[in-house]
Amino acid sequence: MTLSVTLRHGFPGFALDVAFEAPAGVTALFGRSGAGKTTVVNAVAGLIRPARGRIVADGEVLVDTARGVFLPPHRRRVGYVFQDGRLFPHLTVRDNLLYGARFAGGGEAGLGHVVEMLGIGALLGRRPGALSGGEKSRVAIGRALLARPRLLLMDEPLAALDDARKAEILPYVERLAGETGLPILYVSHAVAEVARLAATVVVLAVGQVARAGPVAEVFGDPDTAPLLGLREAGAVVAARVVAHAEDGLTELAFAGGRLFVPRIAAAPGAAVRLRIQARDVVLALEAPRGISALNVFPATVTRLHAGEGPGMMVALKAGEAALLARVTRRSAEAMGLREGLRLYAVLKSIAPAPADVSAIE
Amino acid sequence: MTSWLGPAEWEAVLLSLKVAFWAVAGSLPLALLVAMALARRRFPGRQVLNGLVHLPLILPPVVTGYLLLLAFGRRGPVGGVLEQAFGIVVAFRWTGAALAAAVMAFPLMVRAIRLAVEAVDPRLEEAAATLGASPVRVFLTVTLPLILPGILAGAILAFAKAMGEFGATISFVSSIPGETQTLSLAVYALMQTPGGEAGALRLMAVSVVLAMGALLVSEWLARRARAGAGAGGGA
Repeated sequence: MTLSVTLRHGFPGFALDVAFEAPAGVTALFGRSGAGKTTVVNAVAGLIRPARGRIVADGEVLVDTARGVFLPPHRRRVGYVFQDGRLFPHLTVRDNLLYGARFAGGGEAGLGHVVEMLGIGALLGRRPGALSGGEKSRVAIGRALLARPRLLLMDEPLAALDDARKAEILPYVERLAGETGLPILYVSHAVAEVARLAATVVVLAVGQVARAGPVAEVFGDPDTAPLLGLREAGAVVAARVVAHAEDGLTELAFAGGRLFVPRIAAAPGAAVRLRIQARDVVLALEAPRGISALNVFPATVTRLHAGEGPGMMVALKAGEAALLARVTRRSAEAMGLREGLRLYAVLKSIAPAPADVSAIE
Repeated sequence: MTSWLGPAEWEAVLLSLKVAFWAVAGSLPLALLVAMALARRRFPGRQVLNGLVHLPLILPPVVTGYLLLLAFGRRGPVGGVLEQAFGIVVAFRWTGAALAAAVMAFPLMVRAIRLAVEAVDPRLEEAAATLGASPVRVFLTVTLPLILPGILAGAILAFAKAMGEFGATISFVSSIPGETQTLSLAVYALMQTPGGEAGALRLMAVSVVLAMGALLVSEWLARRARAGAGAGGGA
């Protein structure tokens, strides 16, 4: 299943002109506010009629302005989890969940499984007004799922939540991607969320696709870093849990070697994904000795990207893994950084936060 | 009650209830349609429609009644057609009293429903559409339940207005006992009759009871609506 989107739409003072393909799995639509992300998902859902464009999901044409095709939203079978939940205030949680199931002809068949997956069994009799933000998000996800969509749109479903609530929901979204096998178009402006969830990322900037591709590739590219925000930039690497040590650290194996991070929940052998922020990586010309950092990998400089500020983004290859390091231009000059230089990348074990590790790969 | 009220007075009360009921029941679907159109649609002539709906609120009731007589009288452009095509006569009949009451109460009903429609978040209706609900289903399962308190409040307000209608009714269908003499007209007639004060007072007592009843019911509905919104709001 793939989703193919080509869109042109003008607003006063803003023009959207995008084309991208979303393969199976989670595709993140990433960009700052005002980049046009919500317009794209609204066009896929049928809530706006694009001036020009063609949208094909699973071989079915949803929109083709050249041929005058416009499938109304209720015939698209495109699930939509809105940023603000949009639960029906006059219905109980149970009736909200089953709202779309009635039209999909599914009855209550999937209810038990979805309720269990999202942990909302205790809420069924309540009204949306009596739910917390995180609970509303989970009910909204369940409601969209039970309508049996062939494609799920999620428009910053976590943006309205505080960090604690986000941490509460994210595992459910991870399970969703893994268990349902639904293609998901996930809108976000949070790098950490995208790094955690998405297989593919489409970076939007002022109405255009700036970059698109597999997350590890796009996030590991120093040229993309300014689009993500320099403080947030960082590589995403696939890893495997080796062991949990008694002192609270977890040992991971990745293409660049072994590394230690603060204890994570996954069992030994589990595949995980780790985001290593560029600003957490220190570079050294010689193998450092007598330092506190536990993770030191031999690496080769593959590219340098100098911006306008005092910093420089350094792309590295550690084994087969692409890493990013952000250093000052002053350091880069003093060290004589150049492409092909062999050096050492140093990462404090304590640097990756629990939110930087996810169970998706 | 008949012994306390007297057969003619009792007749006036029952007639008023009948007239008001049919005035509200008959105009409710049209009021809903007009309120939806005014709240949601942008179309040419929208301001004209809005003005027409509100006209009975602003015009002197006698003028409204006289205009109704001109249009719906047996020789009027509408009344003539109604009589010839369907054999329906409204002039000087209780149905005419219901028509006058409906026209006078219409703006109140439309305003109440329109406010309720405007309070419905259209994004909820979008959400329903993405869940597979056709526009008709969206209306029946989301919009209608959410505006129901507004519809009920509008209907009660309109009912009260219809019960008390005087000017348009007397100029359109006159004050014929047993046919068009509603409660207000009966009170007025009794006031004009020597020795009628006692009957007028009894009818006034009845209208106070009916008005209080309507007020209590509408308060109760409003409270229920608020409680429903309180339990369900903020979604």
